[in-house]
Amino acid sequence: MEQLKTIGRELAMGSQGGFGQSKEFLDLVKSIGEARSKAEEDRIVLSEIDILKRKLLEPDIPKRKMKEYIIRLVYIEMLGHDASFGYIHAVKMTHDDNLLLKRTGYLAVTLFLNEDHDLIILIVNTIQKDLRSDNYLVVCAALNAICRLINEETIPAVLPQVVDLLNHQKEAVRKKAIMALHRFHRKSPSSVSHLISNFRKRLCDNDPGVMGATLCPLFDLITEDVSSYKDLVSSFVSILKQVTERRLPKSYDYHQMPAPFIQIKLLKIMALLGCGDKSASEIMYMVLGDLFRKCDSSTNIGNAILYECIRCISCIIPSPKLLEAAADAISKFLKSDSHNLKYMGIDGLGRLIKISPDIAEQHQLAVIDCLEDPDDTLKRKTFELLYKMTKSSNVEVIVDRMTDYMISINDNHYKTEIASRCVELAEQFAPSNQWFIQIMNKVFEHAGDLVNIKVAHNLMRLIAEGFGEDDDDADSKLRLSAVESYLQIMSEPKLPSLFLQVISWVLGEYGTADGKYSASYISGKLCDVADAYSSDETVKGYAVSALMKIYAFEIASGRKVDVLPECQSLIEELLASHSTDLQQRAYELQALLALDARAVESILPLDASCEDIEVDKDLSFLNGYIQQAIESGAQPYISERERSCMLETTDYHSRDHHEVPSHALRFEAYERPKPSSLPTQASTELVPVPEPSYYSEAHQPISTSSVSERESSEIKLRLDGVKQKWGRPSYQSSTSASSTPPQAANGTSSHPDVGVGSSSLKPRSSYESKKPEIDPEKQRLAASLFGGSSSSRSDRKSSSGGHKPAKGTASKPPKENPIPVQPPPDLLDFGEPTATSVTATDPFKELEGLMDSLSQDGGSTDVMGVLYSDAAPVTTTTSVDSLLSELSDSSKGNPGTYQSQTSKGPNSKEALEKDALVRQMGVNPTSQNPTLFKDLLG
Amino acid sequence: MCDLYKLCLGEKVKPLVCVCFSQIHFVLLVSRQGKVRLTKWYSPYTQKERSKVIRELSGVILNRGPKLCNFVEWRGYKVVYKRYASLYFCMCIDAEDNELEVLEIIHHYVEILDRYFGSVCELDLIFNFHKAYYILDELLIAGELQESSKKTVARIISAQDQMVEAAKEEAGSISYIIAQAT
Repeated sequence: MEQLKTIGRELAMGSQGGFGQSKEFLDLVKSIGEARSKAEEDRIVLSEIDILKRKLLEPDIPKRKMKEYIIRLVYIEMLGHDASFGYIHAVKMTHDDNLLLKRTGYLAVTLFLNEDHDLIILIVNTIQKDLRSDNYLVVCAALNAICRLINEETIPAVLPQVVDLLNHQKEAVRKKAIMALHRFHRKSPSSVSHLISNFRKRLCDNDPGVMGATLCPLFDLITEDVSSYKDLVSSFVSILKQVTERRLPKSYDYHQMPAPFIQIKLLKIMALLGCGDKSASEIMYMVLGDLFRKCDSSTNIGNAILYECIRCISCIIPSPKLLEAAADAISKFLKSDSHNLKYMGIDGLGRLIKISPDIAEQHQLAVIDCLEDPDDTLKRKTFELLYKMTKSSNVEVIVDRMTDYMISINDNHYKTEIASRCVELAEQFAPSNQWFIQIMNKVFEHAGDLVNIKVAHNLMRLIAEGFGEDDDDADSKLRLSAVESYLQIMSEPKLPSLFLQVISWVLGEYGTADGKYSASYISGKLCDVADAYSSDETVKGYAVSALMKIYAFEIASGRKVDVLPECQSLIEELLASHSTDLQQRAYELQALLALDARAVESILPLDASCEDIEVDKDLSFLNGYIQQAIESGAQPYISERERSCMLETTDYHSRDHHEVPSHALRFEAYERPKPSSLPTQASTELVPVPEPSYYSEAHQPISTSSVSERESSEIKLRLDGVKQKWGRPSYQSSTSASSTPPQAANGTSSHPDVGVGSSSLKPRSSYESKKPEIDPEKQRLAASLFGGSSSSRSDRKSSSGGHKPAKGTASKPPKENPIPVQPPPDLLDFGEPTATSVTATDPFKELEGLMDSLSQDGGSTDVMGVLYSDAAPVTTTTSVDSLLSELSDSSKGNPGTYQSQTSKGPNSKEALEKDALVRQMGVNPTSQNPTLFKDLLG
Repeated sequence: MCDLYKLCLGEKVKPLVCVCFSQIHFVLLVSRQGKVRLTKWYSPYTQKERSKVIRELSGVILNRGPKLCNFVEWRGYKVVYKRYASLYFCMCIDAEDNELEVLEIIHHYVEILDRYFGSVCELDLIFNFHKAYYILDELLIAGELQESSKKTVARIISAQDQMVEAAKEEAGSISYIIAQAT
């Protein structure tokens, strides 16, 4: 019986035509299929690796056997294990003349090797040979490999051949050659910069496939340099027009949509070209309008095109009519039952809202629904939308929601993002200081280890300076509330380090400022912090500095200082600390305690943390010393940048010399000796080293230019990094001061010459200039958008002033309010979505037609059509799981469908066989029927 | 996606691990039990990273309910997935790409597979994963869709298969002759 089964399985595999592998391989796959755990799977794979290692060492392995070994290696690698011991055999296999083996070799190599792998050098020669092959399939295989394997270094070796292939008679080859050039362009733009005209030429290729492929490199080129492709606008538009008019061959239709993937690519390109260009945009209006009219929103692909149109419109300068069409499409998306479409709708809304801000108004309800959806993806997208539409009027509701969500998730990556967004919004739109501090506390408490350290510095600075109003009373209230909230939070276990730093700093600066809390109380708390987080040196440092400040203020105000015993022991412990920083701080504190009031006051003046110290960045006080040194014969200092420039110009040859090794490999055959060229080369080379002068001159300009380009881009990058993240002109200067607040600003080690001048005023003015920017216009919009919630919120604020209740009530008003307002559009639109939604979520309506046409060809996929027609209405509503159960039901309980299934002849039989086989193999015990489509279709 | 595109969308430029234009970063086929059926990496990942990616993503995707979005945000990228029977097809794209389009690329691939294998099932892909790779290579190159016509893909794949068959026959007949002779 067992044997019969095996024979049956083998037969079934033989009939597939592709299961030409040996029993060993089948057994491997089977045993891995049956593995119950990852550990078991790993064990099987490891023993397989041992077997293969042994087998590959055997001499004279027959080629077909070798091919199978390599496929087994691919399998191992796919399962996440290292098969590098067999890479070389795959490389060898690419050399084979037999296409079957060659193809396997190339497949394995493309899967195994990254472009920087050492073995690639060994393949380049084969690739070169194969590119010259008469058999276009061999050329295709080589081009496929090129796209994966060729790196910057090896591009010159194959480039001329690839360029020649652009004119190959087979369209498949032309297409792949284009893609290969595209790849080269990405790897090293300079290597193909002289070939860009080829891309334009290929745009007019007779074959739509080649034309479609050409759009990929053109998209890249246009993103890099829009202006030099403006002349193509009308060509792209006319291509798109022709595509929509079904001028392309029928075979490019997909779900009855003419060449949709090409359409989408064209729309992406048009978005780039029309960005900020009125005249280019105007050329596009017609075809975009047509697309909106023609696009079938009942298929997924139709919606993909519609979405791309929306994106295009949000980029170009749109006409009001197009905006309207886009808004309509969005509202259809939002009203759909499909989560995918809702997601796209929210995304589209986020794009259009910048152009016509009131578009979101009519969708308030839908947006709130999406926000409360259990689907995380949708929720996050909605938060993104809210982030984009935040104003000072709705900031509280939105940020509350965001922080709540932030607390509830575990995904660190997204937590970081949403935390930084909360901070950004809170900084930008905060209605009150208390609220701001509350939000920041929440963010720090729950995501403190994830936020940027600048955020913490910003918060400290804000607490020190207030919100810019010259109202000391308000400022001190703010500080007091901060201190109170921190004293409360401090008792909680396990706070993030960054948050503790902020807490320590604020307590040090303002803990005793109001006289509400005694110095011993605050210093006790600080000692607790230093004790509880004794492994965190930064926190300890902050705590000690805070202690120092508190004692300093005490001394300065003439009160007697009695150091707490635990504080004393802390200091003693730190005096012997391994960290020099902590040690220094402890010594400073000790020294300070012995000083008299006047000295202390000048060291640590009260509330002077924000008064900037002017740092002499040019180190001008050293000028005299330098002058002296130069006079006595020292070399003047040359900055690093200048030095590298000098290197490039003066030490040109030595630099060249460095590069020789990387380009020393030649991929071409040796040229015939040219007696005349050699001496001239030698004369230009000027290298005294007996370097072989075959190093071709042509590489020189390429390599040097790429070097300089890289350098310039690096410089650019550096500038980007420096760019102020929060958009406050003063940020840079003030962080430099506040980043070391306890030491630099108030520290005992620094000079007490505090610059109270212009620099301390700067941040304030920036705050002030910020305000009018937000207010008048945005508030008006907000009133129209979240009008209900904002008014109720302000009521609440005045009555309770609390923070927590905001959640409960804030979410409701927008939910309840719009209903009475909304009915007209809802009623109008209801007819439409219900009409479409039956079909909208049913992308397989189109498939049916497709399958029909298929069945005319071969009759092989008819089963799907039949099955489909039975279950079609169900597909729209039921989940996949229930579908599965229904499928099993119908196959058992409904003889009619079963009949039709079996009567379809060999195909369904085959499927049933496969089914049985699958269960035998134990590969996927869960599904009733493994045929992919069938399950989906019902 | 490029800076310019982002600028005109008013987006902030996000630092990505690899600076790429719009493209597919990898293709992943995982069974419902979390078993890997096919992986294709278009951006450089080490073997360690690959395992991590697969582990993380299958954890996220396999646990998602049936009616939810077919997209997952993941480390600043987006993963578009679709379930066919017990097999999940996943593709990772940049956050700024058209998700619906990628969903259709997946479906396009499955349709081609279906046509090639004749009502494809998971087993076909398990034992013929190299063929699935060949087909994928005709569809996507370097993470870009290179051919959107099913017919063209089918034609070139069958041309390759014919070559292979011819080569096989040749080899078979030669070995037969050798066997006869000895």
